[in-house]
Amino acid sequence: MLPTFSIDEILETIRMVKVEHLDIRTVTLGISLQDCITTSMEKTCQRIYDKVTRSAKRLNAEVERVVANYGIPVANKRIAVTPIAQIGQSISDSNSFIPIAQILDRAAKEIGIDFIGGFSSLVHKGFTKGDRILFNSLPEALSTTERVCASINVASSKTGINIDAISDLSKLIKEIAYLTANQDGFGCTKLVTFCNAPEDNPFMAGAFHGVGEPEFVINVGISGPGAVLAVLRKNPHVDLRELTRLIKNTAFKITRIGELVGKEVANRLNIPFGIVDLSLAPTNAQGDSVAEILEAIGLERCGCPGTTAALALLNDAVKKGGAMAASYVGGLSGAFIPVSEDNGMIRAVQDGSMTIEKLEALTAVCSVGLDMFAIPGDTPAETIAGIIADEAAIGVINNKTTAVRVIPVPNKKPGDMVEFGGLLGRAPIMSINRFSPKDMFKRGGHIPSPLQALGN
Amino acid sequence: MTTNDERAIITILGRDKVGILAEVTAVLAKANINILDISQTILQEFFTMIMIIDLSPGKINFYELQQVLKEKGKDLSLEITVQRAEVFKFMHRI
Repeated sequence: MLPTFSIDEILETIRMVKVEHLDIRTVTLGISLQDCITTSMEKTCQRIYDKVTRSAKRLNAEVERVVANYGIPVANKRIAVTPIAQIGQSISDSNSFIPIAQILDRAAKEIGIDFIGGFSSLVHKGFTKGDRILFNSLPEALSTTERVCASINVASSKTGINIDAISDLSKLIKEIAYLTANQDGFGCTKLVTFCNAPEDNPFMAGAFHGVGEPEFVINVGISGPGAVLAVLRKNPHVDLRELTRLIKNTAFKITRIGELVGKEVANRLNIPFGIVDLSLAPTNAQGDSVAEILEAIGLERCGCPGTTAALALLNDAVKKGGAMAASYVGGLSGAFIPVSEDNGMIRAVQDGSMTIEKLEALTAVCSVGLDMFAIPGDTPAETIAGIIADEAAIGVINNKTTAVRVIPVPNKKPGDMVEFGGLLGRAPIMSINRFSPKDMFKRGGHIPSPLQALGN
Repeated sequence: MTTNDERAIITILGRDKVGILAEVTAVLAKANINILDISQTILQEFFTMIMIIDLSPGKINFYELQQVLKEKGKDLSLEITVQRAEVFKFMHRI
């Protein structure tokens, strides 16, 4: 008996992998560190190091085995841990979490992974002692470690927006950029500010292992803008209904691969499989661009009028196809629109078609938000706070995740280019509104939870 | 009776030339691996040959076959990959 799939289907799979850059963007192992809490810095660090290295010891080898079996590349293996603000706050003999960041960095190097996420804090309602220490540790932690990623949740639909936290964070972002000025503010690429942060997001830099998660979990983030783009380019004249169907079909197939790889890795590591994150995550590889998908839908340049509508269609179709393909979906699940990691987006900025304001509008209809964009290093902290607060407001009112990953690049002005290298790509410095929201932030306080929170 | 678990797909990508099929099938015959189907086509200007094989009577396991064919591919300046059949079934069927 021959298999139940056709030669054409085999060819399609081969083409998606070999020509259209289909891969699994990340297999992320979530590890709870809640049993590592002690009152001593030394003991806590030792427990964290032991638990992370022990539980992730086989991660690389098992993922490689699955890659060999199925011939589907996995771009990254990563680890997410419980937010460190919660793990470190019982420590009584130190008032800095920098040693924890350093031990996480060492653990990541020992295991052989590029990023470990969870140097994180949830302050959407207010600060605990641990949150405060984590904030104070952020600049040095991110400028002296290589692989540690941090995320801060500053707002939620249930609680509103913590404006004081955003004010503090925007100053820290500038400090991190300054401390890593010789790498064009690279430290800021490892810090995400969230509204409604998901607890099971496998993508960096925002991944952390939420407190509602099990002891261990495998979450998978798919990729595949190249595969969607290829389908659209092959069908330049179909109407939008047919176009939506084509995207759905492609998303289905991409997600099935993610589900297969995730289940198999989880099975081999003997830990539960969590979710597939249905996100189209672009890279700087030729044709692996979300902006180019939008242009293939029929926009002269990404960012022109019509871009929001095209992105809404794309995002919805990806979810519909993906939801059918996976048993459990979660994380961020939507199209990503980072600037530096998407060649089409970079071109749109350089050609003057894409502005920060249009990017912000796009985040109302797709996943996450203002991601990996560079602005002049002399942008005032209040302006950065304003960008973060606007993005948080979109998330709060629309019951969705939004985020900001901004790099105020020291000594650069609009139009300059900066290179971050690897998956992080390169970014044109974007120009920014020169009027200030300073007085609003000077008031301080908290934007209350919206009516949307009163759902009970 | 064989099951799908022992099925694998061999894909050969590269420039067409005389003897590709002979070289690859010789490896399979030596390893006692049965070929269930063969198809060839042109994909993005590349010669593409696909074989569906059954590994169950084979003298070597999946990973050994992968290694042998990778070496063979290097000799012939072709890219030869072996993938377990589940990936195609999983991707295209629910």
